[in-house]
Amino acid sequence: MSKLLMPKIDRKIISKKNIIIKNLKKIIKSENILDHEDQVKPFETDGLSAYKQKPMAVVFPENTKEVSEILSFCNNEKIKIVPRGAGTGLSGGALPLADSILLSLGKFNKILDIDYKNRCVVAQPGVTNLGITQAVQDKNFYYAPDPSSQIACTIGGNVAENSGGVHSLKYGTTTNNLLGVEVVLMDGTISRLGGKTFDSEGYDLLGLITGSEGLLCVITEVTVKILKKPQTVKAALVGFPTIEDGGRCVSDIISSGIIPAGMEMMDKALIHATDNFVKAGYPRDAESMLIIELDGNENEVLQLIEQVTKIAKKNKASSIKVSKTEEQRLKFWAGRKAAFPACGDMAPDYYCMDGTIPRGKLAEVLKEIGRLSKKYNLPVANAFHAGDGNLHPLIMYDSNDKKALEKTEKFGAEILKYCVKVGGVLTGEHGVGIEKRDLMCEMFNNNDIQQQIKIKKALDASSLLNPGKVYPILRKCAEEGRIHVHKGKTKFPNIPRF
Amino acid sequence: MFTKEKQNFPTSQDSDSIYPEDEIQTATVIKKFFKSDTPIEIIGLGSKRQIGRPLQCAKTLNLSKLSGIVEYLPEELYIKVKSCTPVNEIEDELRKNNQQLAFEPIDFGYIYLGKSNYGTAAGQVSCNISGPRRFKSGSIRDHVLGFRAVNGRGEIIKSGGTVVKNVTGYDLSKLICGSYGTLVALTEITFKVMPTPQGSATLVLHNLNIDNVPDFLEKALSSSQDISGATFLPSKPECKNCVMNLESTFKLNDLKYDGSITAFRLEGPKSSIKARLKILKEELNSSYLNISELEKIQSEIFWNKVKNLEFFSGTKNNILRAVIPPAECSRLIYQIPSQFKYFLDWGGSLAWMEACDLSEEMFESIRKKVVRLGGYLTMIKTSDNLPYVEDVFTIDRNRFNISQSIKKSFDPKRILNPGKMYTGI
Repeated sequence: MSKLLMPKIDRKIISKKNIIIKNLKKIIKSENILDHEDQVKPFETDGLSAYKQKPMAVVFPENTKEVSEILSFCNNEKIKIVPRGAGTGLSGGALPLADSILLSLGKFNKILDIDYKNRCVVAQPGVTNLGITQAVQDKNFYYAPDPSSQIACTIGGNVAENSGGVHSLKYGTTTNNLLGVEVVLMDGTISRLGGKTFDSEGYDLLGLITGSEGLLCVITEVTVKILKKPQTVKAALVGFPTIEDGGRCVSDIISSGIIPAGMEMMDKALIHATDNFVKAGYPRDAESMLIIELDGNENEVLQLIEQVTKIAKKNKASSIKVSKTEEQRLKFWAGRKAAFPACGDMAPDYYCMDGTIPRGKLAEVLKEIGRLSKKYNLPVANAFHAGDGNLHPLIMYDSNDKKALEKTEKFGAEILKYCVKVGGVLTGEHGVGIEKRDLMCEMFNNNDIQQQIKIKKALDASSLLNPGKVYPILRKCAEEGRIHVHKGKTKFPNIPRF
Repeated sequence: MFTKEKQNFPTSQDSDSIYPEDEIQTATVIKKFFKSDTPIEIIGLGSKRQIGRPLQCAKTLNLSKLSGIVEYLPEELYIKVKSCTPVNEIEDELRKNNQQLAFEPIDFGYIYLGKSNYGTAAGQVSCNISGPRRFKSGSIRDHVLGFRAVNGRGEIIKSGGTVVKNVTGYDLSKLICGSYGTLVALTEITFKVMPTPQGSATLVLHNLNIDNVPDFLEKALSSSQDISGATFLPSKPECKNCVMNLESTFKLNDLKYDGSITAFRLEGPKSSIKARLKILKEELNSSYLNISELEKIQSEIFWNKVKNLEFFSGTKNNILRAVIPPAECSRLIYQIPSQFKYFLDWGGSLAWMEACDLSEEMFESIRKKVVRLGGYLTMIKTSDNLPYVEDVFTIDRNRFNISQSIKKSFDPKRILNPGKMYTGI
């Protein structure tokens, strides 16, 4: 594991563990607190499993009042809190701290209201993303954002990370599909933001907390809008002789005025890995492949398929298959959805990156990733939400090699820096967490970071809620200008400077 | 609202208007006012200046010189503009590439001046009041990809970028939308742009009333026909003090005149519209009703008029805006005074009201009813009879406290549009 600077451990808090637990038992039932080392072990990591840290205790509140009382108590006692949904996040946002209480929303798992008249669902944050669609699909409705972990990830976690998915090109990410939340601030204040209406008045606090990675509040209730399923959905599987041809096809489709429901791209390495894994019938001779999904009225879909086929042929498509049945469409997607597990066949471990770039820069960025792959001597496979420019390079490595993770992280960091260089961003949907925290200065300068930190302080004055995430502890961009740096080494490098 | 605002600032004067020419000048000016604790009113073209509480700042920061398109990449679906670029200039440019701002910016000129006055990009962003497509395509806040601005300390800050999928840091683009210039002075905005639909058609059902219209709105919005506009324009009540006149506002060749108008918009490829229109008519069982069908040009004119509030064009009365859960629309209409003229948009989720006879007490009483229904109420335009209301916008105490902390983090001395939204913010 590479070294990660986290906020300084408050030994005084750890020494008071027994008293803290005793006090927490006054707020919630004893059986809802885990504090033995063996009990808390399953919570030591999240989807970014390279980093592990056991918390002091794990608490499972059952209602908003309990959450409020826990936060209020911890705020008064200056105890750090790390909120956690299903723990599927890929950027380490739910990584505990040694002197923290991990607050699990696991018991908030009920759908509270299905309101077809207002076309929304009110759910507790621990309900899974897919659970919402399953609750309304008998009436032909669904919840649009569909992150690949939708079977397991929770709606509260989706709000915290502003999760996307393969259909966000047309239907947006969580923030565009969220109507309201109930939140608890670190001081225990319970507040409702939004509701069953659009655009609540005053500052858009709902927009602010969406994607705030558990740093501003704990979410205790979520209201999302649901949509009627489109009449017809078809997918086209298109192979290309080069990555450039595939990239150009993506740009041409968008330029022609078509917004597909989803437009996914895979490179040759991933086409082979996924086709081996699920036998999806992918074009194995192609250097790149697109899955283009179109939905709407049947006439419209047929017309769009025709237009897309024309554009693909113009861009030298080597093969075009259009789904004839729903079964076939799902088969097309099966490979893409299995992209991550399929990489398990290629190497013992993989590291998934998540930058977003302007679509037109795709070929350039993939070329650079290829160059870096040779430089670091680590193979890489690329999955790409091509429609919205969200790139997921999967770097293969072997964690048995002690230096491999560090090398992989350096490789990943170089990819993300390049994404920023071409006009993109560090993270499209996985969040900053601890993973990209120290790269924030690639995108933001001192003023930008300071403004965001001031917002954090406005809602959590003592920085107790999920500290050490998103913003660099030693804010190089912010502080090196003021601190004497000798040959690149800062004085007292281990002192937290948040 | 919770504490009385100190109204001890001299009235604005033209000689006290400052016109920075770029972002650096804007930052320099604000830094100077930060040091001298001088509150300033930020304006662009002033088209929406009347929305919000009146300001009495000694100085006005006029950003209208920050104008011009910085970068437009149609294939990347974004346009980056200087903050006070006129909205019609942006729309003209997008039209060349068959693209648009899908949130349908509202031209408030009709209700304030009786004629078009679109205003600027920053004005739209600062108000975050979106057109009829809101329930399908999102509001302005869903179309701002990034921005540059100067905060109340005179520091230049930025957030977001030019790509749609971006979770790097807090989403400040959302926060500045609808903040009425109280957090930052915007200097540059990047909007997401979308292809203009090939075709547009409108199905009009005539003579429905507030009792039966909610069912039709719900059916249409719950169908798979991808409706992009749903409005109810009643023909009653007729009030001699109101300007609303259904027939004279919507003079279109193919539009019949038979009582109220309930209109549904379909957009997309022409062949698809035809097929969807047929299914929609079946779903709404419209063969029993008197209907009109508007094709592309007339459909576009119709929705432009709805969007721009031409219904209330040139009014001298108060204009109120209530946003509620759509299923509550008829309950709201029953609870407002019967002489109010109104129309529903966003499939029943938005009620625009013209009130010729309104007191602050009545306004607050309506607000209570709207809040009880799960919504919020805004005073958009005041009249000569009621030139001022204390609380233009709706807020509860907890959100007020959070908002006050947020305001402080951007503008610790409260020099940017102080009190524009709420007393103390």
